[in-house]
Amino acid sequence: MGRTAGALLIGIAIVGAGIALAVVKVNPYFYFAGYVILQYVVIATAWNILGGYAGYVNFGTPAFFAMGAYTAVLLIKSVKAPLPVLLLAGGLVAGLLGLGIGYLTLRLRGTFFSIATLALAVMLQTVVMNWEYVGGSRGTSVIRPPGPPFGSYVTFLFTVMVGLAVASVLIARFIERSRIGRGLAALRDSEEAAECMGVPTLRLKLFATTVSGFLLGVAGAPFPYYVTFVEPNSAFALDYAVNALAMPMIGGTTSWLGPVIGAVLLGTAQQIAIVTISSEMNLFIVGVVLVLFVVLAPEGILGLVRRMRGH
Amino acid sequence: MAAALLEVDGVVKRFGGFTALNGVSLSVKAGERFGLIGPNGSGKTTLINCVSGVLPVNGGSIRFDGQEITGMPPHQRSRLGIVRSFQIPKPFTSMTVRDNLGISLEYAGAARAGAPGSASAEDILRSIGLEAKTHLRPGGLTQIEMRKLELARAMAAHPKLLISDEAMAGLSSTEVDDILEILFRLNAQGITIIMIEHIMRAVMRFSERIVVLDAGERIAEGTPDEIVRHPAVERAYLGE
Amino acid sequence: MVAGLLLSGFYAAVSLGVSLIFGLLDIANIAQPAFLILGAYAAYVMNGAFGLDPIVSGLIFTPVFFALGAVVYRIYYESFERRGAESLRGLVFFFGLLFIIEVSLSMTFGVDYRLVQSDYTTRSFEIAGVGIAFRYLVPCVVGLAMTFTMYLFLSRTFYGRAIMAVSQDRMALRLMGANPVTIKTIAFGVGIAAASLAGALLISIAPVIPSADRDYIGRMFAITVLGGMGSIGGTLVASAILGVAESLMSTFFGPSWSLAVSFGILLIVLAVRPAGLFGR
Repeated sequence: MGRTAGALLIGIAIVGAGIALAVVKVNPYFYFAGYVILQYVVIATAWNILGGYAGYVNFGTPAFFAMGAYTAVLLIKSVKAPLPVLLLAGGLVAGLLGLGIGYLTLRLRGTFFSIATLALAVMLQTVVMNWEYVGGSRGTSVIRPPGPPFGSYVTFLFTVMVGLAVASVLIARFIERSRIGRGLAALRDSEEAAECMGVPTLRLKLFATTVSGFLLGVAGAPFPYYVTFVEPNSAFALDYAVNALAMPMIGGTTSWLGPVIGAVLLGTAQQIAIVTISSEMNLFIVGVVLVLFVVLAPEGILGLVRRMRGH
Repeated sequence: MAAALLEVDGVVKRFGGFTALNGVSLSVKAGERFGLIGPNGSGKTTLINCVSGVLPVNGGSIRFDGQEITGMPPHQRSRLGIVRSFQIPKPFTSMTVRDNLGISLEYAGAARAGAPGSASAEDILRSIGLEAKTHLRPGGLTQIEMRKLELARAMAAHPKLLISDEAMAGLSSTEVDDILEILFRLNAQGITIIMIEHIMRAVMRFSERIVVLDAGERIAEGTPDEIVRHPAVERAYLGE
Repeated sequence: MVAGLLLSGFYAAVSLGVSLIFGLLDIANIAQPAFLILGAYAAYVMNGAFGLDPIVSGLIFTPVFFALGAVVYRIYYESFERRGAESLRGLVFFFGLLFIIEVSLSMTFGVDYRLVQSDYTTRSFEIAGVGIAFRYLVPCVVGLAMTFTMYLFLSRTFYGRAIMAVSQDRMALRLMGANPVTIKTIAFGVGIAAASLAGALLISIAPVIPSADRDYIGRMFAITVLGGMGSIGGTLVASAILGVAESLMSTFFGPSWSLAVSFGILLIVLAVRPAGLFGR
């Protein structure tokens, strides 16, 4: 219990720092870049709960992220719901999507689940592009509500993202160290053996898909307020798909720390690269780095560090 | 007269057009040492997969401790007390040897008597001779140590019925005796054991009763002496 | 409706590679659609440089793509299969490939639609009052020919039968004197070559952009799973079903919904009968 309390305190301290940063006027670009990097911390952590802990690869991250974003758009347009409601609703819808896909495909092999997530992203994008109320393929603009509690709306969103990043990491850490986390590791290592040793593998897999989906949706919920103009190509961007994979794989998939390292490193690198090279070249490099890591250093940076320490 | 712990009644298993088990029946008494033998491809492992729940059956029923378990998922069966080891060891490679047992203890073993917790895992490792490797990952184990880990992990689930699937294949003579001694000890503690083996001297020495399978059917049943002299068994192993 | 049936020949060609690689070899090569599009662009380039008919250039490129497939498989084998790594890494590897190919094409050719016109592209004829465009007919015929060729290859030639064997029992193959890794390399190469040829057909039918690979992921796997893993005949039947379903969907709900059809079929099949129509 002492360790968890310690982690919580650190988390609160970080959020506090975030609030302080929001009020102090730093170079505005810092907040934009920081928001994106922190968003990736949530995305990478969420992906890893299913991908790293359970070993089931989700290629359709954009689908879940966009679910969160478009649920928010829907609620903003219809009832002007406040931010906390958007976060919760976005998470719930995406979580249900995860549960649904999981229920349909997790009784089969992992590859079918992965293929289904790939096709899911394409299909959902088609649905959204045909839905006029949320803007269809042309997109829709969203007006930020007046009066953020502190700072400007952008710096406020930055702090919210700090909070979400801390929360998602704490959740991942909690799961990792719990009985559920150990069960997930067992099913990742050998699903058949885990099942025969008493681990309810289907239930745990569904848990992981739902939590992962939920967190991805929560990451997407503030997106409309951040960009103020939401269109399918940006909400369903390929960047999310490849980064959600690359960041945990580069950082290391077996622990909560890996996605954080990957998100900070890769995210920062991309923010720097975006101003110097084209966005496509940037994606190309991410793809190449991903393949190199998966072939040469599949355990990521954490794995390399562990190896250097002689484990 | 000991009651039947496991009753397999007319179990049928088909894979597409191929019938792996054609109405196999057998019954294992509580506390018994039971042997299951047969040529390669006779359906032994398929039967075990059906009993442990890994494969669904196409016909027949399975009862454990008086309870109908056909259709029950494997994790629930292990909580009832049916635990198996795997022919090709499937350790949890990302965890230490001790944590491998921890999974069985936490999930399957906790459902029944026996104190869950690290003391139990260390005891099991000591009794089986693996305590030197407690904090190592399975990647660093030798052949026989992997087999022992399979057994230890099954033991940590506090089984009522332990199914040992070819735990001795490819081991040296002394190693076979090593494993055999462990199984005898477990049986003395009251655990019913089904042994599937190709190493005849081990099965003959260990089993109180043996069932022989060939091409998905039961062709003989009896004590080791009876089986050795059984004409159908000779035919199955050596051909006409 | 007729268009749907004509498309099915093309869809069969598209899915042959996946049927072989995923259905028989059990390798979830999700980069397959990228090779399809790569083949389409190769045909486009050849057409632009030499004025070659896409199908002709597709055939010319077949050995190149075969070699490419063999190389990709070798990398996959050395990095993952041989080390017995979890399938997660193999999947991520192929996704990375898919991604790299798509982005490379995007950087080289931009995001404009590319199309190829050959002399029969605009011609059509009528049967019983139904117009049939050569643009659809030729790829359909070629697709059917490819399917038939694949069937013959798998059932009559040594390597084809070895591939069927390796999908069922590796030990038997070793005893036969063939090396499973070599057989799988050949199979993978054939699968990629098939994809590239189908890509050449694609660019004759419709304009192509780099991100088109995502449209075909659903179709390829839906057809392979619906038809039954590893069944060539199943692939043909499933292609027909998908082709017709898509054209019906397009007629009644609009063309942008046709992509949802493959996904819907995939999910339904996985939920109800994962072995597919003719699966083992």
